[in-house]
Order: sequence, then structure tokens, then C-alpha cells
Amino acid sequence: MSTIDTSTKAGAPGEPGWKRYKFANHFRNAEDEFDACKLGFWLFLATEVLLFSGLFCAYAMFRMKYPEAFAAGSHHLDVKYGGINTLVLLLSSFTVAMSIRCAQLNNQKWLRINLIITILCAFLFFFIKLAFEYIPKWSQGIRPGILYSNPFAGHPQEPTWWSVYYGATGIHALHVLIGAALLIWCLVRSFRSNQYGPTHYTMLENAGLYWHLVDVIWIFLFPLLYLIH
Amino acid sequence: MTTITTPDTGHGGHHEGSYLTPNKGGVFATIIQWATTIDHKKIGMMYLFAVLGMFMLGGVAALMVRAELWEPTRTIVDSAGEVAVTGQLFKGGETAAENYLTYNRIFTMHGAVMVFLVIVPGAPATLGNFLLPLMLGAKDVAFPRLNLLSWYIYLLGAAFAVLALLNTGADTGWTFYTPYSSSHAGNTYGNIVMMTTAAFILGFSSILTGLNFIVTIHKLRCPGMGWFDMPLFVWAMYATSIIQVLATPVIGITLLLLIFERVFHVGIFDPAMGGDPVLFQHFFWFYSHPVVYVMILPGMGIATELIAVHCRKPIFGYRAIAFASLGIAAVSFLVWGHHMFASMGELASAVFSALTFFVAIPTAVKVFNWIATLYKGSIALNTPMLYALSFLFLFSIGGLTGLPLATLATDLHLHDSYFVVAHFHYVMMGGTIIAFVGGVHHWWPKMTGKMYTEWVGIVGCLLVFVGFNVTFFTQFFLGIQGMPRRYASYVDEFQLLHQISTVGAFALGLGFFIQLGNFIHSLIAGRKAPPNPWGGLTLEWYIESPPTEHNFHKEPILTHGPYDYEDVYPPHCDPADFPLPDPKPGGAKAH
Repeated sequence: MSTIDTSTKAGAPGEPGWKRYKFANHFRNAEDEFDACKLGFWLFLATEVLLFSGLFCAYAMFRMKYPEAFAAGSHHLDVKYGGINTLVLLLSSFTVAMSIRCAQLNNQKWLRINLIITILCAFLFFFIKLAFEYIPKWSQGIRPGILYSNPFAGHPQEPTWWSVYYGATGIHALHVLIGAALLIWCLVRSFRSNQYGPTHYTMLENAGLYWHLVDVIWIFLFPLLYLIH
Repeated sequence: MTTITTPDTGHGGHHEGSYLTPNKGGVFATIIQWATTIDHKKIGMMYLFAVLGMFMLGGVAALMVRAELWEPTRTIVDSAGEVAVTGQLFKGGETAAENYLTYNRIFTMHGAVMVFLVIVPGAPATLGNFLLPLMLGAKDVAFPRLNLLSWYIYLLGAAFAVLALLNTGADTGWTFYTPYSSSHAGNTYGNIVMMTTAAFILGFSSILTGLNFIVTIHKLRCPGMGWFDMPLFVWAMYATSIIQVLATPVIGITLLLLIFERVFHVGIFDPAMGGDPVLFQHFFWFYSHPVVYVMILPGMGIATELIAVHCRKPIFGYRAIAFASLGIAAVSFLVWGHHMFASMGELASAVFSALTFFVAIPTAVKVFNWIATLYKGSIALNTPMLYALSFLFLFSIGGLTGLPLATLATDLHLHDSYFVVAHFHYVMMGGTIIAFVGGVHHWWPKMTGKMYTEWVGIVGCLLVFVGFNVTFFTQFFLGIQGMPRRYASYVDEFQLLHQISTVGAFALGLGFFIQLGNFIHSLIAGRKAPPNPWGGLTLEWYIESPPTEHNFHKEPILTHGPYDYEDVYPPHCDPADFPLPDPKPGGAKAH
């Protein structure tokens, strides 16, 4: 997109990247470009919400159809891990917002520290998901669809519940990784050329918005999957 | 016709070549230049050629379908006990049933190619890409690189689709209904995954284009252009883009779940595994019904421009047409249930039936406004106008035949019959494709800098119009008499009507080939086009044909509305003979 800096030289001392940034020539000014990029990104976020809405619909429908299977399945999930992950994501949402605030105030050091905390939280979330939930369950045969081989299924339709679980959390986890990749990119550009500052922080703002979306979706997944039985 | 002076002299200063000027480095450099371009005009042209190529593929499939239906399949047992099967065009299978499978694959190919690769991307990605920034007075769309990305995503999706088709193809119909598409029997296992992947990828291309257009319309209108000074084509593109952005993700997740289901045997849609096939239909039509309006809204926008320009009259009811576009977009999300009348409860069916009738209101507002615009206009019966009039006629039939399908009682008799086939072809082809081809004629001089031959265009258009009606009006009768859709054979009584329909289809095909020949001829030997051959007032007509790389030599300032012919042209003057004033303050009365 138009926020990509095409210059190759790194920011010289005293001339950080955000000052050198030139807006794309089909915009009238930098403000217009910032607004356009943000509007575009909000539209993109709307498509993401709608993508997940299909999963939520499927959840609602199968919950209505097989309530016992859903109750049996959700008892296997540990609220402890889901709760910790929720806190991890909430913290990371706070730090990413702070890093944008630091960009607006030209506080480059805390911008990076906040970004690093956010990225670490992303990986912590993914690690907890993988090490304490996916891998143990998978090795017990608790898998989606035809792969399900746990002999102690509480209900004949329990595999359907696990399909919904793996589908929803899997696509969410994919978004966590994509979000982390975006934030790492921002961090690299910040280290390389002080790319974000008071007059130009479009990319960071959009990456932050994406991260909030990842958080918001989890806020809905957590009660639906872990808390309701 | 007097020569129109090119408006760049006087204030441009420097002369630049047109965007079509090949790179000085030779053929290879030119190809690289096009493949990496972020110029909306080049991307639009690449889309145009891809879409026309796919249109030909889908069209050939349609002719094959019609050819198979020339004769019903008859099994004849002669006196010696020999069994002979006649009337099957597609052979190669061991039995008649296997030959039917070939027929299923070919009509699936026709439907999938025409919907996902031609009509949905057709008008927005080609004419929309080319014209939207020009009509707004902008240098490019808001996100040029994203635009190039969406073109490559389209190519990737097209590659998946074509690969699936070459690999014997899918036989589900373009709607991929479960459990047929999710069951594991049959020999099209990989192809359905491949076809759904293709549709999934194409959806992303559609989303990115829509997103780009919305932001462009919001942020890149030239000074002086308020929301109600935009050409109505832009309003139509705006409504289209909203639907693309809001509906397409749902088909994305649906197809993803379908792929998930096929690969992991998850019971989401397949009843044999505890899933619900009707859920698939709800998901599918929650996307696909709004997308019907993604198909028709750009067609309506094009028709609005053609009618206004070629009858040299301010459009009647500008705001009504603009709001009708948004109204159609809004109602489009509330009517998906009418595809499932048979599988829902009575109450839900009645509600969806009532909601479906609402679509008729904004649509009729548009039709009446177009007719009011034509009234006492100075109508030029050239090719674009003939296409616009064909659109009006065919689209009205298509729209009105939708009403008996939305009525529960009559739908019981008509659903899944050739009546439905005829209805949606009148809307999708008689509406969208006809308007699109008319639009390509209208803007061909602007896009290529060449004029096509008028009389050939008129002959082609008439042939298309007659061929279309012979093909599809017949199918209304077939449907009412009980001919079900998607069958390779039929009872003998239907043969005459089927044969009339097939003859019409080939006339239609011939008409399109004449148009194609006309375009190719104009590229090779066409007369050079003036900047404004039709006397249009929207901003794309103020610049050279073809436009330069940067569209405008300086940022234009809008001083009159898109249809203020009476304010800009002297009375009793043919606008086509009158050079346009510069778009700058004082050039004409403010809107």
C-alpha cells in the first residue's frame, strides 16, 4: 500500500524515517493518505468480522442441534488456560495502543519496548494454545471430524463440536500469527529507520487495529467455547 | 463532425505519451511494464482481456450445452434386440448415464466461469478500474498496488478454475450444493476442492477491488465534486463495492468450511456425518444473493450513463437513481431465503417472499427514471444506445418474471424449472452482459483511442438482441410446461422449443463474434478517436483518447454536474460537434 517507504537508505541521525516520509503522489496531502489508509483498513476489518461471523453462525446452529455434544465437549476445555490467554491478549492490546501513543509523542524507546511486549504476548498466547491445549488433546485422539479417535466420547456428535473448536480457534490462531508478523515488521522498520513518529505512523496504527481485532474475536470465542457448558 | 481540439494544449506545458505507448526497451520490456504496472487503466485493460477470454470459454460451454439439448436421449431397441442410444452429443462414457455426467460438467463449467470469472469481476474490475478515477478526476485509485495485487489474485483464481476444468471438471453446478459437493463418492474428489478454492481466491480479488473503490470514492474526488455531483456510474460502483466487501467474506468462510469438510470429513454440511446441508444453502445464498446485485448494479450504472449521454438530456431523478442503488444494496442482504422456499418453514418463507418484493421498488424507480430521461430526448440510435435500450427491455422482462418466482404459490410450480433459467439469464445476461458490452462500445474510443465501425456494431447488437430473445423467451414456455433445469435429456414434446432455443443461442454467439471482429478491426484499422466522440460531460471526456499516464495534466476542478447538458452546450447544438470547455472555475455554471 501507499505507506510503504520506497527509499533504500536508512534514516540518517537527526533525520528519522517518519520525517523523510513522502505521501504517494495521487493523494493531495499526507492527511488524506492517512485517512484513506485507515478507512481502507477498517473496511478490511469489517470483512474479517464477517469471515468469523460464519463460524459463529455454525457454532450457534450446531449448539442448538446438539446441545449435549457441546456440553460434553466443552467440559474437556480448561478455563485456566483460556483465562490466562485472555489476560495475555488484553495486556498486548494495551501495549500496542501504548506504542501508537508513543509514536504520536515521538518516544521511540518506549514505542519499541511496547511493541516487543506485544509480540512476546502473541507468541506466549500461541505457545499456551499449542503446548497445553492442541498437542495434549490431539495426542488423546481429540481431533476434528474423521480424525477423532478418543474412545471416551461423551456424545456421538462430539467430533462436530471439536470440528467447530479446531476450526474457530485454528483460524483465530492463524490471525494471531499474521498479527505478530505485522508487528515484527513494524518493529524492524522502527529499529532500522525510526519509521514511526508524530506525522507518520499509518502502518503502526493499522497493525495495531488488526491486533485489536484479533483480541476482540478471542473475547467472543473464550466465553462461547470455555465458559458456557 | 468538427474536430475537437485536444484540451492539453494551453495549460499542460509538457506532452506525454498515452498510457498505451509501448516501452522503448522493446516487446519484453513492454510486457514487464504491463505486468508490474500500478496504473489503473492498464490493470483495467488487462482485466478486460482476461474477462473477454473467459466470456468466450463460458460462451462455448453454453453453446455445447445447447447443442446437446438439440435432441433428447432416446434408447431404441430394434427387432434383433440390439440397444442403441441416440441423441447424445457427449460420448466417451460407457453408458448413457456417464455421458450425462459430461453434460453436468459442462453446464457447471458454463455457470462457474460466467459467474465467478466473467460477470462478478466483469464491470467493476474492467470499466470500473478504468473509469472510476477518471470520472472522479483522480490520478489513480486509492491503493494502486493493492489493485495490482487483486489482478494477480484474480489470475491465480482463474488458474485454479481452469486447472479443475481441464482435470475433467466438477459436476455440482456453480452453487456447489451439499451434500453433493461434500460427499466422498464419485470421481471429482479433487476437482471440487480445486473449484471451491478458485471461488475462494476470486472472492479475495473481489473484496480488494471493492475496498479500493470505496476508499477512492470517499477520498479522491476532485475539488468541486460533492457526493451528488458524481456520475451515476460511480454511485452504482459504490453500492456494488459495499456489497462486495460485506458479502464476500461469508462465502469465503463457507467455502473454507466446505474444503475443511472434504479434507477432514468434518460433519458441518453433510447430513451423513451429522451436518446440515441447508446451513450451506443459507451461507451460500447470504453471499450469492447480494452478489446478484454486484452483477446487476454496475450494469444499471452503465445504462444510466449511456442513456443520459446518447439522448443528450439531464438524467431524470438523479438522487432517486443514486439512492435506489443504495436501496438495492441494502435490500439485497435480506432476501437470500427465497432460494430455499422448499426447505424453510411457512412463516420464514412468507417473510422472505415479502422482503423479495421490496427489491422491485428501487429497481422500478430506476427503470421509470430511465424512461423519463428518454422522453423528449434527442436520441442517437448508435450501438451504445441500442445496447442501452436492449438492456431496458430485457432487464424489465427479467425483473418482472422475478415476481412469480418470489410468490410462494406460483414458485411451487416454477422453481427449478427452465422458467428460472430464463429469468436469471434475462437479468444476468440481458441485464449485466448487454449493458457491459454496450459500455465497452461507449468507452472503447476512450480506452483504445480508436473508433469501431458503427454499422457493424449495430448489426451485431441487433443479432444479439434477437438471438437472446429467441434463446431465452422460449425457455419461459419450456419452464411453465414443466421442463426441469439441469437435465441432459427431456421428453419428446419439448423438442421443438428446445431446438428454437438452440438456434437462438447460435445466433447470439454469432452476434458476439461480430462484435469481437469489430473490436479487433478497430484496433488494427480503426479511425482515430477524438477526445469526446459522444458529447459526454463527465470528466473522462475532457482528456485525450487514450488518456496519458497521469490522466489529467493538472488537477481538474469540477464546475458543472455530470449531466448539465443545457448549461454547457449552446441551445440547438449537437454536443458531439461542440468542443468542451476546460474544467476550471468560470468554465461553466456551477452545479
